[in-house]
Amino acid sequence: MTTADATVARPAATTLPRKKIRWGEQAVHGVLFVAAAISVLTTVGIVISLVVPSIDFFREVSPTEFFLGTTWSPLFLDGEFGVLPLAVGTFVISFWSALVAFPLGLGVAIYLSEYAPPRVTSFLKPILEILAAIPTVVLGYFALTFVTPFLRDQVGVHVEIFNALAASLVLGVMLIPTVATLSEDAMAAVPRDLRDGGYALGADKLQVSTKIVVPAAISGIIAAWVLAFSRAVGETMIVLIAAGQLAQITVDPRESIQTITAFIGATGNGDVPTGSIEYKTIFAVGLTLFVMTLVINMVSIRLVRKYREVYE
Amino acid sequence: MTVIEPHVERDYVPAPEEPIKRRGQAWKNRLFKLAMLFSMFVAFGTLAVLLVDTVVTGWPALSTQLLTGLPSTVPDEAGARPAILATLYLGALVLLFSVPIGVLTAIYLEEYANRERWWNRAIEVNIQNLAAVPAIVYGILGLAFIVRGIGVGRVVLAGGLILTLVVLPTVVVASREAIRSVPDSIRQGAFALGATKWQVVWRQVLPASIPGIATGSILALSRAVGETAPLIMVGAITYVAFNPTLMGPYTALPVQIYNWTKQPDADFQTLAAAGAIVLLVIVLSMNAVAIFLRNRYRKQW
Repeated sequence: MTTADATVARPAATTLPRKKIRWGEQAVHGVLFVAAAISVLTTVGIVISLVVPSIDFFREVSPTEFFLGTTWSPLFLDGEFGVLPLAVGTFVISFWSALVAFPLGLGVAIYLSEYAPPRVTSFLKPILEILAAIPTVVLGYFALTFVTPFLRDQVGVHVEIFNALAASLVLGVMLIPTVATLSEDAMAAVPRDLRDGGYALGADKLQVSTKIVVPAAISGIIAAWVLAFSRAVGETMIVLIAAGQLAQITVDPRESIQTITAFIGATGNGDVPTGSIEYKTIFAVGLTLFVMTLVINMVSIRLVRKYREVYE
Repeated sequence: MTVIEPHVERDYVPAPEEPIKRRGQAWKNRLFKLAMLFSMFVAFGTLAVLLVDTVVTGWPALSTQLLTGLPSTVPDEAGARPAILATLYLGALVLLFSVPIGVLTAIYLEEYANRERWWNRAIEVNIQNLAAVPAIVYGILGLAFIVRGIGVGRVVLAGGLILTLVVLPTVVVASREAIRSVPDSIRQGAFALGATKWQVVWRQVLPASIPGIATGSILALSRAVGETAPLIMVGAITYVAFNPTLMGPYTALPVQIYNWTKQPDADFQTLAAAGAIVLLVIVLSMNAVAIFLRNRYRKQW
């Protein structure tokens, strides 16, 4: 059969080939979609698992008492359910660790991105990753058994055995890699031309770094800061081990402080009977934490959009 | 620009303005460099002190007893074999679940999903948000759904599932980056030869992105192995004096360390440090493998 015969016999077939439906391809598409949907189901699961027991909780405890009460003693008979001490504790710890991580993380980032020779950078960045990889239980142990005695004996700060300061310092150092790597990525995205322009105008390295590179990368730096803060809010083990279990409203980091996460970790160890008010408390507090980190995350996305500078 | 006033002596002849400015700048430059070096010093100094302190404290208790013994109320006889085994089981479960799900999700988002559709954008935003959810919240999820809801109880499988969910966003993000870095020309070439979409993905894109996926997966695994908070919630219990099984009660190494930390007896603190050494060796060697893989297979297209 010649090609000419074929075209004459079935002209429609060559000009308009009918697309064959490939069922295998369709099935693959379906399987992939199901895998992607698992993450959505996870979120739905988290929301349901938090909200349903929380509704039960707020039937027994009024939201006014929960959000405005200043005493937290849910495990006592006739306990009080004011979440403010936990919220303040969370904020104090996050504040102090941010005070450590924000400037030092940025310092490390500027050094790695602008000052260090490439060989030094390629050597130091994996070490930074190792710092980020230390399990938090080990960091908590370190805060309790090394940093607290160090603060007390060497530095001469009168801290309690369990105190917010040691926990915050260690948490802050733990967050340095987060701030540093994300900020450094942002700085690496600043085009060379901007730097060269600065140098051509007679600026020195300090001026180029602080007045050109940092402002140009500010959206990424802010995102790094906000992410670090959100991590500090959600960090559990360090505060659970080193900051203690005393739910009190204080801004003095030398004292023992309980955070939202530490309460959940200390209470939710599986011994709490299902359906009891203590059990429901875990979920109400967990919901508070979830909403807090969600809001911080949304603020971060908003800020990045607002300050983003786009380079081609 | 601020100029640092020089301390003027009586018979001091002020230098012209220009050099003074320079001197001020140089001083600022030096101070700034010092501040940066201080940042580096705090970060790396703390890491060094932590490693040295842990090793020095834990060394006396680091023995075969620790690796192969059972937990005990007597510090001298206590070991962590069940905890170490359970941690290995958990790691295996996390790999088993998180890598296929994570990679398939990444393939879907990078190669198949149509960005115009709202549900695909929702999946993307959702994964971003999940990455920011504190690990302990996953613990609450596990407590409510897997342990109490389905009623499997506080077993290794429940812990493995929860840790999978904790690290899933990490695996997805790393895999997406790896897939995205495969240049389009490779896909176009395969399509031009008549390959179907799945053939392109399976035979071209995926093999090319394996180093990136492997690196991301190992890093996620190392994070899962060191994770403590969610496991406390889904019931890694304090005292387990037998080898764990998939559907049985267990305690994981990080939880064991946490429990030793809580004991008032100083000998248990030493044990905690020894356990921390074991955990650090496991976690950091995984990280080393990941970093090695990344450097070894870094591809320039």
